[in-house]
Formats: sequence, C-alpha cells, structure tokens
Amino acid sequence: MTKSLNVRAAVVSIVLFLGFIGAWHLATRSTGSTAAMSPEYAKLMGLTATQGKSAMPGPLDVGAKLWDHLRHPFYDNGPNDKGLGIQLGYSIARVMAGYLLAVAVAIPLGFLIGMSPLMSKALDPFIQVLKPISPLAWMPLALYTIKDSSLSAIFVIFICSIWPMLLNTVFGVASVRKEWVNVARTLEVGTVRRAFTVILPAAAPTILTGMRISIGIAWLVIVAAEMLVGGTGIGYFVWNEWNNLSIVNVIIAILAIGVVGMVLDQVLAQATRLVTFPE
Amino acid sequence: MIDKFISIEGIAKRYPGAAGAGDTTIFENLWLSLPRGEFGCVIGHSGCGKTTVLNILAGLDQPSEGTVIVDDHEIQGTSLDRAVIFQSHALLPWRTVMGNVAYAVSSKWRKWDKAKVRAHAQQFIDLVGLTGSEHKRPSELSGGMKQRVGIARALSITPKIMLMDEPFSALDALTRGSLQDEVRRICLETGQTTFMITHDVDEAMYLADKIFLMTNGPGAVVAEIVENPLPKDRARIDLHRHPYYYALRNHIVDFLVTRSKGFVAANPDHDPLHVPVVRPGLAEPALVLSAASGAAATGAAVSAPAQLRAR
Repeated sequence: MTKSLNVRAAVVSIVLFLGFIGAWHLATRSTGSTAAMSPEYAKLMGLTATQGKSAMPGPLDVGAKLWDHLRHPFYDNGPNDKGLGIQLGYSIARVMAGYLLAVAVAIPLGFLIGMSPLMSKALDPFIQVLKPISPLAWMPLALYTIKDSSLSAIFVIFICSIWPMLLNTVFGVASVRKEWVNVARTLEVGTVRRAFTVILPAAAPTILTGMRISIGIAWLVIVAAEMLVGGTGIGYFVWNEWNNLSIVNVIIAILAIGVVGMVLDQVLAQATRLVTFPE
Repeated sequence: MIDKFISIEGIAKRYPGAAGAGDTTIFENLWLSLPRGEFGCVIGHSGCGKTTVLNILAGLDQPSEGTVIVDDHEIQGTSLDRAVIFQSHALLPWRTVMGNVAYAVSSKWRKWDKAKVRAHAQQFIDLVGLTGSEHKRPSELSGGMKQRVGIARALSITPKIMLMDEPFSALDALTRGSLQDEVRRICLETGQTTFMITHDVDEAMYLADKIFLMTNGPGAVVAEIVENPLPKDRARIDLHRHPYYYALRNHIVDFLVTRSKGFVAANPDHDPLHVPVVRPGLAEPALVLSAASGAAATGAAVSAPAQLRAR
C-alpha cells in the first residue's frame, strides 16, 4: 500500500499546487478595460489603471520571467544586472567558505570539549553567552575589524553555523557508549586512534545532524547578510529588485532561495544516512 | 606452593557516601587467586560487587585499596594480556564481523599488514563457527552470533587471561547452552586461563574448575571456594547423572538462597585471607584444604550433612 500512498500524496500535492496557482491567477488577472481615458494618459497609467490589472504579478508573469532566467542564468551586464545563477553562485560560495571554516573549528573543538571534562566545564560559560547572539549583531564589529564587506559576510556565516555543529559534536562525543570506549581501552588503543576508530564513527550521526542544522541556518542568514553588505549574492538581488520594484524577480528569488536551501539540506541528509549505523 | 597466576590481594571498593554519611563499602579485604590454565567463576547475587571485581581485574576500574597481580606483575590499567568478553557483546556496529575481530588483532600487532591481520582474524572467526558471516554487520546477527564474535575478538589477541562478565545472561537457554559448550571446548583446547562472573549455578558447575561464592553486598566477602568435583571431561548432556552433581548443586544453591545473606554475621571469625576450600562429594561437603595450612584435609566436614541439604 506504500506505493498507492505515494501516488495519492502526489495527487494531493498537484491538486494543491494547481489550486494555489489558479487562485493566484484569478486574484491578479485583468478585469477588462475600465474607464475610458485618452491614450496618452492610459500609457502613463499602465495596465493597472486601464485594465484593472493587479499590481501584484500573476503566475504567468512569474513563469515567463523564470523561463528567461533559466535560459540565461549567467549573464553579466554590470554590477546591477547579473544573472540569477551568478547571484546564487556568490551566495553559495560565501556560505561554503564560512561553513567549512566553521566545520574546521567546531569539530576538533567539539572533540576536545567532549573528551575532556575540564575543557567542557571551562568553555561552557563562553559557549552559553556566545550561542544566543544573533549572527547579524556581529556585522558592525566584523565590518570594523575586517574592513571588507564580503569577508564580513563570510565571518557572519562562520559564527552562525559554528554553534549547532559544536554542541552536537560535544554531545555526540560525550555520549559514545561506554562499552565501546571500554573495548578500545582493553585493546590498549591510544587516544588519537581511539578518537578516529571509535569515537568518530560512533558520534558521526550526531555530528552530521549538527552540520545539517548549521547549513540550514547559514542559508537563512546569508540572505539577510547580503542585504546588509550589498554588491553581489541572492540577498542583494532580492533587495535590488525591490528597489527596482520588480516584484516578479523578488518572487523568483524567493523561489530560488527555497530550492537551493532544500538541495543543501538534502545533501547533508544523504550524508547523515551514509554514516548512520543500525544497531 | 600454590600457583597464583592471578592473585587479587586485599582489594576494596568504596564509593563516597552522601554528605555527612560515611563511604559505602561494596567489598573490602578481598583475596582471590587462580592458577594458570584454570577456569574460575565468581557467583553471587546482584549488587555484591562481582562485576566490579572483574572490572578491576580488567583494569577498567581502580580498587580503592589493594592490588591485583597477574603473572608476577602488578596490573596497571587495561592490557592486551587481559581480554574482556562483555555482557552486552560491545561489538562496534559500524564494523563487520571481520572488522571487529581485525580491529583487535591490529591493535595488538600494529605492524602487521592487512592480509596477515585478516588471516589471523579468520582463524578465530572459524574457531567460533562463524565462517561465512565475515562480512555481516552486528545488526544482521542473532544475539548468540554476536557473542560468538565477542569471544572471537577476545581470543584473537591470544590473551593470558580471558575475563567474562555474565557473557551469556542475555541469551536464550538453547543458545546459551551451545555457547557454553563452545567456550568449554576452546578453553580445554587452548588451556586458556579464564575468569568468569555469573549468577547461573548450572553455568558455573559446567564451566568452572573453581567456584568462588560471594556473599551479599554491601560489605561482600568471598565465603568459600568450591572445587568442582565433576570430571574434567564432563559433558553438559549427562552432567546431572554424575553422583556428585546434586551434592555440588545443592551446596551452591543452598549458599545463594540461605547462607549468602547472613554469612558475615554468622561467621565473625571468617578470615578473608584463608577462605575455606570445599569439595562437595558423595556423603557430605568436605573441607579439602585450608589455605592457611596448605595441607589436604579430606573428609573433614565443614557444615551440615548432605541429607539435610538435599531438599
């Protein structure tokens, strides 16, 4: 019955999607010509006034524009007119740079804290204070010290994605089953080899879960960070198109942010599945 | 001169009590020894500290007092000379059967190449009868097969002593029986010195040469050392037909059911350094030797006649 469940779920999804598109279309469609006005005046006023067209673009406008973007994702007509692909590329590159830096710091540090009760107690107050700080609050300080807006955005990604990974690594390492550690102890396995052969595989599913949470947060934060620092990236694109009053492009950007976020999440979910072991 | 391959000398284990109260003593002044090649079994109720004794012997736990000497050396922490078979098998679930055994082998012989490690591990996988399951993961194995891997892993490092902490208590009766046969066969073949913790009387009788009876904790002591009177070539299937079977069984059960509770109060003169050695026989349990005199004293009765015990 699982297959039929999947089929039924797909049908419901499609119906919901079509219903949403239909309602959207109906709500924003032209209602025909309204009051008669001189052609020059009508041209000045645009379709909103002459045909009762909503200022909100309809699904067909968005679809047509989306098709445009998909056909030319990488065009570059100067600083304020770059293809969607280029803008997403900038954002993904920033997220990756900040995120990988965070991985390089959080996982070794998490091992240290998880394996050493002393470090755990000593570092706990710092973590507790730093963790709840909104990543964007770091932005002015980053801009002042780093003096480079692009690097500051990367720093903000770094600081926001480090905490879930750090805490999950600490938890995963500290809660490795004692019997597995005892096996390594009775076999006289040294600390480094034990960390790699017992603790890392045992804690890997928890660590990957932390990495998955982190990439989600990093992708949330990059949009806001790029709105602040400007120049390039999908966050800047959204803000720029808002200034251009191109609601179509804003909607397309929202859609693109969602799709990329989903892909990033699924990659990490797949990686988690690879390191999960059945007991 | 009694051969003391393993010698536990006056160990104690105390846990700090709540504020104001004194420490809780699980056991103290505990002495135990086992000659090379013998199978020793500690039997007692839950909470008497028998697992703690085994963990101290393994080096996983430190005694509050006293020392443990193995092969003329005081033990310092864990060692590849003392392999442990854990109650919960403790296999690494992300490794295959071969991977788990090879991990132990490569931990002992770090310079061996992969082929040599695998060949060595394969011998022990064959020994416990798991040929053909090398590439399975622990989650694909039954409880009995998992414990076989645990035994293969422990044996593969050719330890001086094998330590078993209630290794079969989580298994069903049939599987337990066949694994006991396996362990007995391997121990007899290899002359392995083995120390086991159990609360299963039949298991102790079948496997052990010496059975150490522990009283209830806290403040547990080794009350008696029971020498197994059953023949060395005993088989599980006709064990119960042996004339000494019930004498031995009743003696242990009687201890566990009645005497273990009030033993310390009833025997104020009990000397933990000279624990009486008992060899239950046809007529009545006989004190064969006292560690104090070192002389055989066959026939001397230590407790009530056998017919009173045979309920």
